[in-house]
Amino acid sequence: MISNELILAAGAGANPLLPNPWEILVTAAGFAVLLFIVVKYIAPAFEKSYQDRVTAIEGGLEKAEAAQAEADAILAQYKAQLLEARTEANRIREDAREEGAQILAESNAKATAETARIHAQAQQSIASERAAAASSLRAEVGTLATTLASKIVDDALENDERASRVVDKFLSDLESQQNAGASN
Amino acid sequence: MNAFALPMASEPYVPPTISDTHLPDVLPWMAEYGTGFGKQMIMIILSIILIVWFFKSAIKNPKLVPSKVQFLAETAYGFVRNSVGRDIIGEKNFRPWVPLLFATFFFVLLNNLFGAIPFLQLPSFSHAGSAYAMALIIYGTWIAVGVKNHGLRYFKLAVVPSGVPGWIMPLLVPLEIISNFIVRPLTHSLRLMATMLSGHMIVLLAATGARHLIMVQESLALNGVGILVIVGSVAMYFLELLIMVLQAFVFTLLTAIYIQGALDADAH
Repeated sequence: MISNELILAAGAGANPLLPNPWEILVTAAGFAVLLFIVVKYIAPAFEKSYQDRVTAIEGGLEKAEAAQAEADAILAQYKAQLLEARTEANRIREDAREEGAQILAESNAKATAETARIHAQAQQSIASERAAAASSLRAEVGTLATTLASKIVDDALENDERASRVVDKFLSDLESQQNAGASN
Repeated sequence: MNAFALPMASEPYVPPTISDTHLPDVLPWMAEYGTGFGKQMIMIILSIILIVWFFKSAIKNPKLVPSKVQFLAETAYGFVRNSVGRDIIGEKNFRPWVPLLFATFFFVLLNNLFGAIPFLQLPSFSHAGSAYAMALIIYGTWIAVGVKNHGLRYFKLAVVPSGVPGWIMPLLVPLEIISNFIVRPLTHSLRLMATMLSGHMIVLLAATGARHLIMVQESLALNGVGILVIVGSVAMYFLELLIMVLQAFVFTLLTAIYIQGALDADAH
């Protein structure tokens, strides 16, 4: 229960809407001073700190971006170099293979030629040795036959000139016979 | 004065009045309130010293990576700058108004919070004079802004709404004049003053009431109720804290809205 007297009692005293002029003055003057200090010193300092931070962060980001770009460029360069090196290696390998084949073919040819040469030389030497052997054999056979015949027919056939004529004739016959046999 | 529904006691309960918020002045000592320099004025000056001291020392050696104090101060500054200034006035024009909004917000905030600090315990703006002074400064500011940006045409822009049929103008224009130029500064100041005064009165009421119930009344039940009053006043204290911060914010927000309205008077 709120009685009228209570309301009256609460309403007693000063009117809260009536200002104390000194308080208006102090508040207005005080606020003016505060505003002046804020405008002059505080707000610029905060704005500057904020701006510095923005600049620093943006600068850092730019730096990071530049570093990233540089790294990308280097990577691309490395990749290009690697590709180039691979191509080069392939080319060298190919060249080597070709060269190897060529060397092989060359040495094959050389070996074949050498074989042929050795073969020919051997043939030639065999032929000349056979010829030498045949001629020496012929002389020896002649001597032997003469000796043998002289022993058989004794002194009758002592005449050298006749004997050698007989031998020669025999040998030429022999030779022609042999030649005929070889040509057959 | 003993018409209250309380049992008779050796000393009747006298509820606090507005006069109780008017302490005797300090200079001259104990002079009658209103004749000299009082506690409220000392607190106004104290708040200015504290704001300047805190923000100047916080930003004295600004670091790229801020210290705790610098971070706190920058967050507070950034709150007014961005959440009030930029969001209300707009990206284009808000910069010159940040110092005014900043000073207004922390001036009102700190003076309100004085009401929650033991011994100070007086929200400066519970005294109408201070609230009138602040509202008047801002009233003058936004009118000046309007005239500077739009010339005398500003008054026409402010009171004649566009896109309204002509026949309703005789009704609307006086309403706009009353609402913009008379009611606006009054509500701006009285909202702050009334919330702070009522908060202060609640503190006074709880304190004197609890004292009376516990110390003067002889009934044990009433003494217990006195304890409950103290417990309840703790809850009221936190509610008051919230209102103190909220009213400082509202006062600054309205300041920004008024300035924005004056800047962009031709935009609507």
